[in-house]
Formats: sequence, C-alpha cells, structure tokens
Amino acid sequence: MDWEPVVGLELHAQLSTKSKIFSSASTAYGAAPNTQACAVDLGLPGVLPVLNAEVVRMAVKFGLAVKAKISPRSVFARKNYFYPDLPKGYQISQYELPIVDKGEVTIQIDGGSEKRIGVTRAHLEEDAGKSIHDVFPDATGIDLNRAGTPLIEIVSDPDMRSAAEAIAYMRKIHSIVRYLDICDGNMQQGSFRCDANVSVRKKGDTRLGTRTELKNLNSFRFVERAIEYEIERQIDVLESGGEVAQETRLYDPDGNETRSMRGKEEANDYRYFPDPDLLPVEVTDELVEEIRASLPELPDAKRQRFCDHYGLNAYDASNLSLSRELADYFERTVEISGATPKLCANWISGELAGALNKAALEIGQSPVTPELLGGMLKRLADETLSGKLAKQVFDAMWSGEGEADAIIEAKGLKQVTDAGEIEALVDAAIAGNPEQVAQYRAGKQKVLGFFVGQVMKASQGKANPGQVNELLKKKLGNE
Amino acid sequence: MHLKSVFDLSKALREKKVSSRELVVHFLKRIEERNPELNAFITVTQEQALKEADRADVLIARGEAGPLTGVPLAHKDLFCTLGVRTSCGSSMLDNFIAPYDATVVERCRDQGLVMVGKTNMDEFAMGSSNENSYYGPVRNPWSLDRVPGGSSGGSAAAVAARLVPLATCTDTGGSIRQPASLTGITGIKPTYGRVSRYGMIAFASSLDQGGAMGLSAADAALLLGAMAGFDERDSTSLARDQEQFTDNLEADIDGLRIGLPRQHFGEGLDPRVGACVEAAIEDYQRMGARIVEVDLENTDLSIPAYYVVAPAEASSNLARYDGVRFGHRTENPQGLEDFYKRSRSEGFGAEVKRRIMIGTYVLSAGYYDAYYLKAQQLRRIIKEDFQRAFEQADVLMGPTSPSVAFRLGEKLDDPVTMYLCDIYTNAVNLAGLPAMSIPAGFVESMPVGLHIIGNYFDEARLFNVAHRYQQVTDWHTRIPLGFE
Repeated sequence: MDWEPVVGLELHAQLSTKSKIFSSASTAYGAAPNTQACAVDLGLPGVLPVLNAEVVRMAVKFGLAVKAKISPRSVFARKNYFYPDLPKGYQISQYELPIVDKGEVTIQIDGGSEKRIGVTRAHLEEDAGKSIHDVFPDATGIDLNRAGTPLIEIVSDPDMRSAAEAIAYMRKIHSIVRYLDICDGNMQQGSFRCDANVSVRKKGDTRLGTRTELKNLNSFRFVERAIEYEIERQIDVLESGGEVAQETRLYDPDGNETRSMRGKEEANDYRYFPDPDLLPVEVTDELVEEIRASLPELPDAKRQRFCDHYGLNAYDASNLSLSRELADYFERTVEISGATPKLCANWISGELAGALNKAALEIGQSPVTPELLGGMLKRLADETLSGKLAKQVFDAMWSGEGEADAIIEAKGLKQVTDAGEIEALVDAAIAGNPEQVAQYRAGKQKVLGFFVGQVMKASQGKANPGQVNELLKKKLGNE
Repeated sequence: MHLKSVFDLSKALREKKVSSRELVVHFLKRIEERNPELNAFITVTQEQALKEADRADVLIARGEAGPLTGVPLAHKDLFCTLGVRTSCGSSMLDNFIAPYDATVVERCRDQGLVMVGKTNMDEFAMGSSNENSYYGPVRNPWSLDRVPGGSSGGSAAAVAARLVPLATCTDTGGSIRQPASLTGITGIKPTYGRVSRYGMIAFASSLDQGGAMGLSAADAALLLGAMAGFDERDSTSLARDQEQFTDNLEADIDGLRIGLPRQHFGEGLDPRVGACVEAAIEDYQRMGARIVEVDLENTDLSIPAYYVVAPAEASSNLARYDGVRFGHRTENPQGLEDFYKRSRSEGFGAEVKRRIMIGTYVLSAGYYDAYYLKAQQLRRIIKEDFQRAFEQADVLMGPTSPSVAFRLGEKLDDPVTMYLCDIYTNAVNLAGLPAMSIPAGFVESMPVGLHIIGNYFDEARLFNVAHRYQQVTDWHTRIPLGFE
C-alpha cells in the first residue's frame, strides 16, 4: 500500500534582544548559573512582568517576512503547569490571539520545483530555565538564566510530505530569522529549536492520521533522521494492523530511534487564561509600515537577484543566499575580484566551505576574508596565478600569511606565460624523453599528459598549462 | 499624641513641638503594650523605625520635610519590604525576607513616612474576618471577642486602636472597606491602576488594589497621595498626572447627586445598619445633596462572578509557591510530585487551598467557557450597571457591610455566609471603581460603615464627600473603650 507522510513543525526561535521579554536581566548565553536572573525571572512574590517593546518589533518583522497578517491586538496568556525550572508555575505565552496570524513561505524542493508551506501562526512567549541533572549526585540543579528569554514560536500547517520538505522549510525559516537579525539561529545552544508533528495516511485520504510529536531534535540532521524514522515506524505499525497512539516521543540520536515519552492521557491541562498582569499588545498600522520599510532583502528576493544579476544557476543562488553573511561575502568577493560570479561562487561553495566546515567555523569567522579571497581571485582572473597554484595561495591565506599578491611574490608562484620561457621548457622535455616522443608519434595520445607533467614540474607548477599544452601538441606533431 | 490627626501631627513635627523619634517611640510603646491583645502586627520593626525617624528629624531640621515626613505608618504584610519578613499571613512565607521594596513602600519612604511594622492579615488576603492568618486572628478593638474584618484586619485594628495613625492595605473584594467599616475607621480603595501593584503580593491581579487607612478622610487622602502614581514596573498602572487628593477636601457639596442602589438596601441587610446609613444620608441631604434611587441590577451576580475570577487568578498567582526557590519546603520528599504536594499542602491554610481548588477547576478544559468566560461577561454587565448609575448620580452610597462585626469563629465553618460579607463591595472591584468606607454610627456599640462609591478617577470627590460628612459628625473620632 502507498502511504503519505504528513509533517508539521513547531519552531522556537530565541529572539536576540539584549534583555529578557518581561524583565531587564541580560539574555547573554553562557553566564554562570543564576547570575542573569532578576527578581522578575525568579518569580519572587510581588513581581510583575513588563513587556520588552523590542520583542514586538521583532515579531512584526518576522510576520511581514512570511507575508502574514499582523494582529492589531494580541493577548498574553498564562500556560499553567508545575516544573522546577518554571519559576512562576506558569509560562507567559500567547494562546487565542497570537501576534502573527496566517502566513506562508516557499521552499525549493528536489528538481528545482517550488512548494508553498503555510505558517499557521507565530506567537511570543518566554523561555523556561534549565534543569541540570548531571552535576549533583542527589539533586537536580536549576539554572534560571534562560528563564524569561524571549521566544517566537512558529507553527506550520501540516503541509510537508517528507523529511526533506520539512528540512527545506526549517532551513527557510532559519534563514529568514537570521536575515532579519532577530535570532542567532544557533541550534547547539538552543536558540533555534524544533518539534515535529508526524503522521501518515493512505495516499488519497483527505483525513489526517493520528500524529505523534517528536522532541529533542537539536540539529537539522536529527530532525531529518527522526522524521524519517518516525514515518517508517508508523507505517510499520499500520501495516501490521496496529494503530498509531497519539503521544509525545523523544528522539534518541545515539540509537537513531524515537521513544514514547508521554501519552495523550498524561498531557497537561494548561488552564490557559489571559494574563491579568499584562495589557493586550497593540500594534498600529504606522508601526507595521515603519517596520516594513526597514526590512532587509529576504532570502527569496536575494536568490532571484543572484540568478538575474550574476547569472548564477538556481543551485548556486540558493546556496549562497542561505545566510545573509554568506550572501554578503559572495557579493563582496565578486566586487573586489572582478572575477566572474561563477568563479567566485565555485571557490566559496568549494574550497572555502570545505575549510570552514573542517575547522567548524561560521562564515563570519573565516580567516580568509572576502578581501583576501577577492584579491586572490583577481590574480586568477588576470592569469597571474594558475588554478593549480591558487590552492597553495588559499592555504597560505587561511594560515594567516597575508594577502594573495604578497604570497605569490614571496613563494614565487607567479604563472609563467612568457612564450620563450615555456618553449625552452617544452624543448627540454622533448629532448630528454625520446622514448615517449616515439610512443606519442606512434599514436599513443595519452603520453601528452606525461609531457605536460614534466613541463609543469620543471616550472614548479608555474607554467600556464594552456600554453604548455598547445605548444607541446604543436612541437610533438610537427616533426 | 496618638489621638491627633495626621494633619496635626505633621504640623507639630514641622513646628518642632515633637520630634519624629518621640512620635515613633510613643507609637512603638503603644504597640508593645496593646498589640498582644489585638494581634494586629506580625512584625514590629523597631530598630529600623528609629533610624528612619532620626533621618526624618534631620530633614525636618533642614526644612526639607514634606507633610508626611516623620509620621509613623504600618504596611500590610503583603507589601514587600527589603530585609524584613513579608509573610502575607502565611506559613508558606514565614521565612521569606523580601529582597526588594514594593513601589508603595519605596514611595512612602520617599515621603518620609516611618514604617513601624507589618500588619496581620488573612492568608494571601483571602478572608473577611482575619481568622485565616497563620499568625492567629486579629481582634476588634471595639470588642475583643469580635473580628475586625478582613483581609486588612491588622491594618484596620491598628489604626482603630490608635497604635499607628496610618496604614497601607489592599482590597480585592472589600478587604479595605469591610474591615474599615467593622473597626470604625476610614479606608479607601482607589481606582484600579492608581496604586502600583509592584511588590504587592498578588491574590487576584485584575482585582487587587492597594489603598490607605486612617482615622479620617483627610488623613487617608494624605497617605493615598503618597502611594499613588504611575509606575513603569506595573503594566496595569495608569499613566495619569500626580493628584493632590487633599486639594478638594473643603469643596461645597451642595447639589451633589447621591445614588442609592436599591439592591444595597434589600434582603440580608441588618435593619439597624440600614438605619445608620439612612441617617447619614439625611445628614448629606441637610448639606444640600440630592438623593436618587439607582439600580445595580446584577448585584446578586457579583458574588458568583467574583468567586470565579478571583480564585482563577489566585490559583495561577499562587503556583509560584512550590518550595523550589523560597518559602516553605517539605522535608525528605519522595520525588518531585511528593515535593510539590507536601510543600504546598503544609504551607497553605484551608481557605487558600479551597480557592486554589476552585480556581483550578474553573480554568480546566471543558469548564473554562462555562465559568471563567461567563464570569468575564458578568463583569462587563456589572461595569455597565455602574456606568448607567453614574449617569444619574455623582457618587453611590450604601452600607459597606450587611452587619456589624461578628464574633470570632461565628462564620468560620460556613464559607458562603462569610463570602456574603462582601456583597456590596465585590462588584466595585469587578468594575475597578474607587470606593471608601467611613464611620457612620454604631449598632450595639459596634461601628457601622458608610460605603461611598465613585466613578473612575473620582477619588478627590470621594475624599471631599467623606470629609464634609466628617466635619458635621464625630463618628470617626470615637475611640474604642480602653484605647484612649
């Protein structure tokens, strides 16, 4: 039987404000436990929340970026449950009236086609603290530094039909929040988190199957694997005549499987009600327009421009527009180098991406700046440097040896294009290898490669390979 | 000295006829001598009070004193006070030393008021008799076997017994006005949002409002002036210009339209209390006021609406008392659930538990619409009733409480009868209006309170109306026997 998976995601993005959503404590990551929690974050008796206006602006930005309707009036509600790292015994969230109403994004899927994914809603809420189970032998530690950090929860429609589509959607939202500079997107530190709702149904069914909610998905890879695993598991259950239980399941990355965490019966009754300590959030048309006018170019627009303006193919354009930093890097490199955008794109997506990946660095931390890379590509473009030697120059720049021109000079890597010089090397190679000359002339064309190698070796790689090729062919064939 | 009005004390201080230290020592001595029989104070802050008095004396000497500089006051024990236990009348917070000052506490100190202690109250402000305090009941100075009302019973008894000239208090459903009525003093609950709730331990956030108690409208006006004003730390605080509530005290009330809500004079009202109120209204007529009958049709719905909204908010507000970060924590818990259950079962008293359970129930899935949403609708209807009444009248008057102070233990086993003590006051909180209670006679030697309800932001008029009455009557100057 043919099964159709249905996936929806709940993404939590930590908003990168300096202070918390309802207090003036700092949100910086990594401070000593409980040093960034003020009376309000601790939920002391008598304290009251005051909304950080910046959080509202950020939510509006996001809403506009996903073409959503911004609610002129949204309401904070209390989500009541007990947990030691939830200081007040309730989380302030938005329930019936979220700030961002229905929106949508477009994802690029296999084969270059596009698909629209609905954004059901996005709402503001505060983060909880952290329970630390592995430091004290007989007790659980509570760190409330994170308590009160602003979050925007972005809920998708159940529009995705595979793990790959889910990832494409997640990357798109990730890219949008980074473009807007409202979230640092760091999944390891938990600034960008994902819960996935997964169900399967018979192909052609219009009714949704029973879904499970997957948690503990703290990388793109885990999200993909967990969804894939869960789809298979549900299909197995259904094909063996069973029923999928509505439950929350925890992904275990070590075993690559999902395990039941709690069933529907154990689900909390959160007793939501409007928070009487906070007024409804009013967003005026003026504010919306002001924010709209200040929006940066977004990933889709940038991708299109990279195709139109630079003539990049869809693949390169998508890749390079994924993050604003990468896109900026690319554009700056093109500008400085004067090289073809395709050459720049190749180097950035190839050599540079490989080196960054190996060193686990972000583009913004690259030791090879766009100025350095651009400087090198300029020399490639004007043929001062051969493609073969460029790798050496790149490595030297990566290890901090300075600009391309200086490295070329110091290491003597300048390409030899002087015809006389090359001719002398070619002649020497022919003269020194009569046997191979005979083979070539007997029709063994492959031997040409040997001669090219000899010449390049003799030139220490500096000879222009095109010229060498041409001259060798001429000389070997003429006699 | 303890028989003087705050106006007179202030004058004596500035004319240096008495120092703040002398004044504070005098009141501290009265507290020491008379509090044991009343139990009006949970904590007396003698040392700190003397220091603050000395500081006040320095200001007075420099000529930098305001009208309240050097005057003693007590705070209800739910206003957080830096370095001083803030118990909220609960064993849950018996060990809680607040690490910060409530806005009200800060403002009173800024005005030079000297805190002499923290007053007893019903646990988490839930009660109408002050019998729900972990620290034991407060007794009414007019008759020690009777309750002073609640939840601000400690503040009311302390002022009535002249243990302190001024006290802060809070009112969620009548917790200022009912004890003021039962102890024969003046108390005002201002418009919701006038007084910052920051640092005021929450019972029901949308109803809670801080206010002032004193022996007269003029004294209470002075204190409220010190407490009120916009506070950026409270999102529900109202951004309005600072008002001098004393400016308008002497204004003529000729032509004042007094609305008498029919529903406040019906069944359940002790006719003797009703007679006192009617006599007071006749006094007003003699001063030129006109009487109109008005309808507050949905008065009978205010108690059910109140007992859905208030417990719902309380059930959530009190979730933070879980033993994790502060307050009572159980010994040797067996797992997390046991930790919560026992910490909270041990830390809260019966009435608090009852309201947490009611509140949890009315917010539960499947009941929310039938209870919480319905109650919110009633709240709107009740508000509209008042607005219609204020089209016909400038102020509304009636009894604050259906009866005079009852005996300790009399209503303890019957929560519904206890809840009915606040039948005239609850609706005012649901609507967010300002209201006060002033002494208006006696029944069986126990004080009767006149309830005066104003329209939004009309506190200055309330003080004026109350003050004019106090100029032609002497109920507010009567002193409980033995406390002269």
